[in-house]
Amino acid sequence: MKKTKKFGLGLIAAAAVLSLVACGGKKSESKSSNKDSYSAALVTDVGGVDDKSFNQSAWEGLQKWGKANDKEKGTGGFNYYQSDSDSEFEPNLNSAIDDGFKTIFGIGYKLQPAIESLADANPDTEFVIVDSTIKGKDNVASVTFQDNEAAYLAGIAAAKNTKTDKVGFVGGQEGEVIGRFEAGFVAGVKSVDSKIDIDIQYAGSFGDAAKGKSIASAMYKSGIDIIFHASGDTGNGVFSEAIDVMNTNPETPVWVIGVDRDQEAEGKYDGGNVTLTSTLKGVGAAVEDIATKAQKDKFPGGKTIVYGLKDGGVDLTDGQLNDETKKAVDAAKEKIISGDVKVPESPAKK
Amino acid sequence: MVEVLSIIVSSALVYSAPLIFTALGGTFSERSGVVNVGLEGIMTVGAFSATVFNLFTASTFGSWTPWLSLLFGGLIGVVFSLIHAVATVNLRADHIVSGTVVNLMAPGLTIFLTKMIFDGHGQSDLIKERFGKFSFPFLKDIPIIGEIFFKDTSAPAYVAILVAVIAYFIIFKTKFGLRLRSVGENPQAADTLGINVYGMKYAGVLISGLLGGIGGAVVVQSISGQFSVSTIAGQGFISMAAMIFGKWNPIYVMGAAIFFGLSQSLAVIGNTIPLINQLEPVWLQVAPYVLTLLVLVLFIGRSQGPKANGQVYVKSK
Repeated sequence: MKKTKKFGLGLIAAAAVLSLVACGGKKSESKSSNKDSYSAALVTDVGGVDDKSFNQSAWEGLQKWGKANDKEKGTGGFNYYQSDSDSEFEPNLNSAIDDGFKTIFGIGYKLQPAIESLADANPDTEFVIVDSTIKGKDNVASVTFQDNEAAYLAGIAAAKNTKTDKVGFVGGQEGEVIGRFEAGFVAGVKSVDSKIDIDIQYAGSFGDAAKGKSIASAMYKSGIDIIFHASGDTGNGVFSEAIDVMNTNPETPVWVIGVDRDQEAEGKYDGGNVTLTSTLKGVGAAVEDIATKAQKDKFPGGKTIVYGLKDGGVDLTDGQLNDETKKAVDAAKEKIISGDVKVPESPAKK
Repeated sequence: MVEVLSIIVSSALVYSAPLIFTALGGTFSERSGVVNVGLEGIMTVGAFSATVFNLFTASTFGSWTPWLSLLFGGLIGVVFSLIHAVATVNLRADHIVSGTVVNLMAPGLTIFLTKMIFDGHGQSDLIKERFGKFSFPFLKDIPIIGEIFFKDTSAPAYVAILVAVIAYFIIFKTKFGLRLRSVGENPQAADTLGINVYGMKYAGVLISGLLGGIGGAVVVQSISGQFSVSTIAGQGFISMAAMIFGKWNPIYVMGAAIFFGLSQSLAVIGNTIPLINQLEPVWLQVAPYVLTLLVLVLFIGRSQGPKANGQVYVKSK
């Protein structure tokens, strides 16, 4: 009895130490060797800096900036704060402020309220909100992307490749940002052939792979052969379903169009790839760009910077597109850049 | 119509499979009198270890990998649930507190290990060998029924249903089950009759570790395809709800889990059914919760757990 007690205590102690270590892993302390004291950090949206999407792209951008400017990861250089739930946005922003970072990036529109409330109390810190706008604050810059333009190109790719004249769209949560994807995609598909059916569904979450899988399953069974997902981790379920379909029934090919970064790896299976193409969002480039500007005291406070097709802020990958589709996509790209085609920003009301 | 039904059933099964396993695990634990709110954490650990096992052994075991990973996930679940067992049975800790510790520890530990194994990434690589879609030989050729239930469906879900039947048999028809239940109802009485109360409680918690770990392994290998912090997000708690909903009876518990899956997939599929798709989408999104409330109020009535559930048993008192 006594022995088991000791053993039990040991186990718990070991576990406690392990979990402490696990928590400690996030913050590595190292002083910057650089002379100028400028430092930048980012607070992630829900998910890690390797979500193969938004957060990762932003972190890569910040790392690139850090390397170019000889900064080190940690306080005084550059770092990230991971949010595992919506309730961690404010504490994370506060820790970043306490650690003395000069510029703090909020990655994702969900951080908008937190930044808005903290900006006034911390006038010496510069904030950047990505994918949303905060107006009228000199220490807050806003970054938005014309995702609708990339989604338009995705729509063209889908319309050119569908064999069933039915395509699907899976969104995360309804709102301004995902609405841009929906509107662009619909406009792109209709620009090729207005008779193509588009099924639009929202999962109500960016982290519910099971629901993504159910939706995809229903869509594929109803004859849809291409799904464009703008739904974060929920999209993992869409990929998973597409791969399952291909493994059981390879004669009727189905495709997924990825979002925010090249999702080619997600679509791989024995015998092919279900990722038709992916829309790209240059979050990394934007973060890098703003950090560079801010370091030179040119922080675009109070302004909204829009990155679109024109400046490479958004794009579409080549993926498994055939030459004919690529040509159509390139033609549309030119038209958008020249201003001949205006892509709608919000979906038409039903 | 058959088409629509088959979509509803197959996606309900995919969704419920992990819930059934985990909820059955919870049933074993609570039948022995140990509340296990740590199911969520156990699932996380199971999901993580199954992912790692799958990734590193897929080249050796081929298409058997998912099943072996399932067992491996269950095994690690057992090891992890030992913490809960030791804390609640020997150290007399509050069950809720200990379970919460398990839940807090699991994501930290697994993400830390993920970072160690996958070059600092917070997400594992994507697994290659998955459960995919399964069609029963012969059964799938039965007209209508075969199409709905046995074609392109989820194999782990049928295993889960089988396990539920076995669990029912174990809990209500065997000596072990009787002892397990008596320990959960009245440990003093059981002890005076010479039943090893601590042993039974250990058995209950460890079985919940096994099944919870398997539940987590199913999530990875049939739904998400990789392990990350969002892989297990609430399924453990939904399983607990299914256990209570099913009145700690394996068959009802399974029914409750499938019901959750069904209402979820109805909400998804609703958009493709004529008439229903005229409704505002918000009605479909709240449907699973409204349905659950209605069924709970109208048909289930009072749900009463094992009597000594959650109480610490001290032998000498």
